[in-house]
Amino acid sequence: MPAEEIDRVLARRLLATMQLIRAFEEAVRDHFAARHIPGFIHLSIGQEAVAAGLASALEREDYLYVTHRGHGHVIAKGADLKRVAAEIFGKASGYCRGRGGSMHIAAFEVGVLGANGVVGAGLPHAAGAAWALQLQGRPQVAVAVFGDGAVNTGLFHETANIASLWRLPLLLLCENNGYAEFTPLSVHAAVESVAERAAAYRLPAWRVDGQDPLAVRATVREALGRVRAGEGPALVECLTWRVRGHYEGDPQRYRSSTELEEAVAHDPLRLFAGRLRREGLLNEAEEAELAAQARQAVAEAIAYAQEAALPDPASALEDVLYQPSGAG
Amino acid sequence: MAEKRYVRAVNEALCEEMERDPAVCLLGVDVGAPGGPFGATRGLQERFGPQRVRDTPISEAAVVGLAIGAATLGLRPVVEIMFMDFLALVMDQLVNQAAKMRYMTGGQAKLPLVVRTQTGYRDSAGPQHAQSLEAWLTHVPGLKVVMPSGPCEAKGLLKAAIRDDNPVIVVENRTLYALAEEVPDGDYVLPLERAAIKREGRDVTIASLGVMVREALAAAETLAERGISCEVIDLRSANPLDLQTVRASLEKTNRLVIAHSATRCGGVGAELAAALGEEAFYMLDAPITRVGAAFAPIPFSPPLERAIVPDRTAIIAAVEQVLAP
Repeated sequence: MPAEEIDRVLARRLLATMQLIRAFEEAVRDHFAARHIPGFIHLSIGQEAVAAGLASALEREDYLYVTHRGHGHVIAKGADLKRVAAEIFGKASGYCRGRGGSMHIAAFEVGVLGANGVVGAGLPHAAGAAWALQLQGRPQVAVAVFGDGAVNTGLFHETANIASLWRLPLLLLCENNGYAEFTPLSVHAAVESVAERAAAYRLPAWRVDGQDPLAVRATVREALGRVRAGEGPALVECLTWRVRGHYEGDPQRYRSSTELEEAVAHDPLRLFAGRLRREGLLNEAEEAELAAQARQAVAEAIAYAQEAALPDPASALEDVLYQPSGAG
Repeated sequence: MAEKRYVRAVNEALCEEMERDPAVCLLGVDVGAPGGPFGATRGLQERFGPQRVRDTPISEAAVVGLAIGAATLGLRPVVEIMFMDFLALVMDQLVNQAAKMRYMTGGQAKLPLVVRTQTGYRDSAGPQHAQSLEAWLTHVPGLKVVMPSGPCEAKGLLKAAIRDDNPVIVVENRTLYALAEEVPDGDYVLPLERAAIKREGRDVTIASLGVMVREALAAAETLAERGISCEVIDLRSANPLDLQTVRASLEKTNRLVIAHSATRCGGVGAELAAALGEEAFYMLDAPITRVGAAFAPIPFSPPLERAIVPDRTAIIAAVEQVLAP
């Protein structure tokens, strides 16, 4: 990020979003450990700057497809924290009525159209949404978020080719956290740079520090400028750090203690707050107040989710198919 | 009403639905300027433009994925998968994605999506171009599967599939594409979930699917000459199965032969037989008998292929078996 003046309001908003995601995921981590949450959980702790920077560059009407590690994007896009929490707790008032859970939170009201548990499978959905937008002559864009692991799936290449060929209003946003589940990039990718692979499909691509929300925002805005102008799709690769394991309970034996310390040292919240303090945009009291606000919102959401009603087992067969009568 | 070939009926259904609803669009390998490998989409790109009739790369999984995203935003995409065998390439998108999207989002998503594909045999297409794989799909909640047995069904079921707000897989049959029949003009829509009685009879019910409906009708004709009266049901839909129509027929005949071109093992007939074994056991005067392909890949060489796939002779033998004292 060039040393231009940082917008104070924007900077605080980005920090607040990151704090909200962090506080939420720490609460989810603790409640999962306490066995209050069924299933399994993938946390994005360490990657919050990507979600915050990306979402701040999008319009509310833009569409987003995310991954199994998607809490952060859903929250940053403006989803109701209570309904996000309720979904993770398997409650009837969750966004997906308890059918999806942590991995599949879709919030259509804020443009999150899907969160996929199959690596790479959501990419063509975003391209299809972009195709619909193109055909319908609508001004929005669609964004597919995926990890470095997804770049090795056939669907990444099929989607990149079609999107480029058809000049779809699509942003491919790669969160490169260096790991495909337990396997490091050096073991799973012949070419380390995702942006470099994009060149094969003539996709304009950017590589950016994914720990810096302002850099992510600026890069996504630049890329989207082209996409919105009808110049076709673009790819942004955000280099980021996953602090937790692939899933909660993963002891990460495949990572050295030095590497884990390094991941923690790249904490985007600490780095960004420090920078704002140095630049006189935030004092310690204000930072603490923002953090307290985030914790308060999370506490309310979790309390709501814990108290919310479980789904009625009799509703388990509803919505298998769409029934025009609304009969289920 | 005019006589139309099966493939022409498909084309007419697509054309009429695209005319009726600007959200309907076509996607697939060679569907545009070439008009499809069998001519099913001929003339449609000329008429509706390359945006709505879109040639795609040979990227089947991505194309079905695109249709899922597009359907979510209100388009009604019709994807052509050239051979049913190639559904293997799109199984994640069909099974884990399309079939689950509405359920998994708690009803937020609506997926008006059609996948047209075709199968067929006795034309030496070989092991990778002749399979009937509908049972893969019928096992998955969230998908509807229909198999038009003739030109009328090709038109009426495809129009219904396009208007349905769920993912529907329409399995056509290439060996019937040239078959001509009187097909109603204009808005001719058949219900997706109902079987049809193609021939009334009193001794044996033959519940058949896809091209085997034709074989069953031919078998019934031969058997009638021997004084055996067969009721031939075209199931039309592989999922859901119209058990009610088959049950009603069994009340009269008390004997059931099930005929499909897929392998007998784990086929749709197995589900039908099991369901009726549970629900209609006391109506049966003989064991339910299934006709299907032998449990082997479909070979290329004509005598080998004939040894594997079922036909009217197999149906006749099965009818004789259920009538044996």
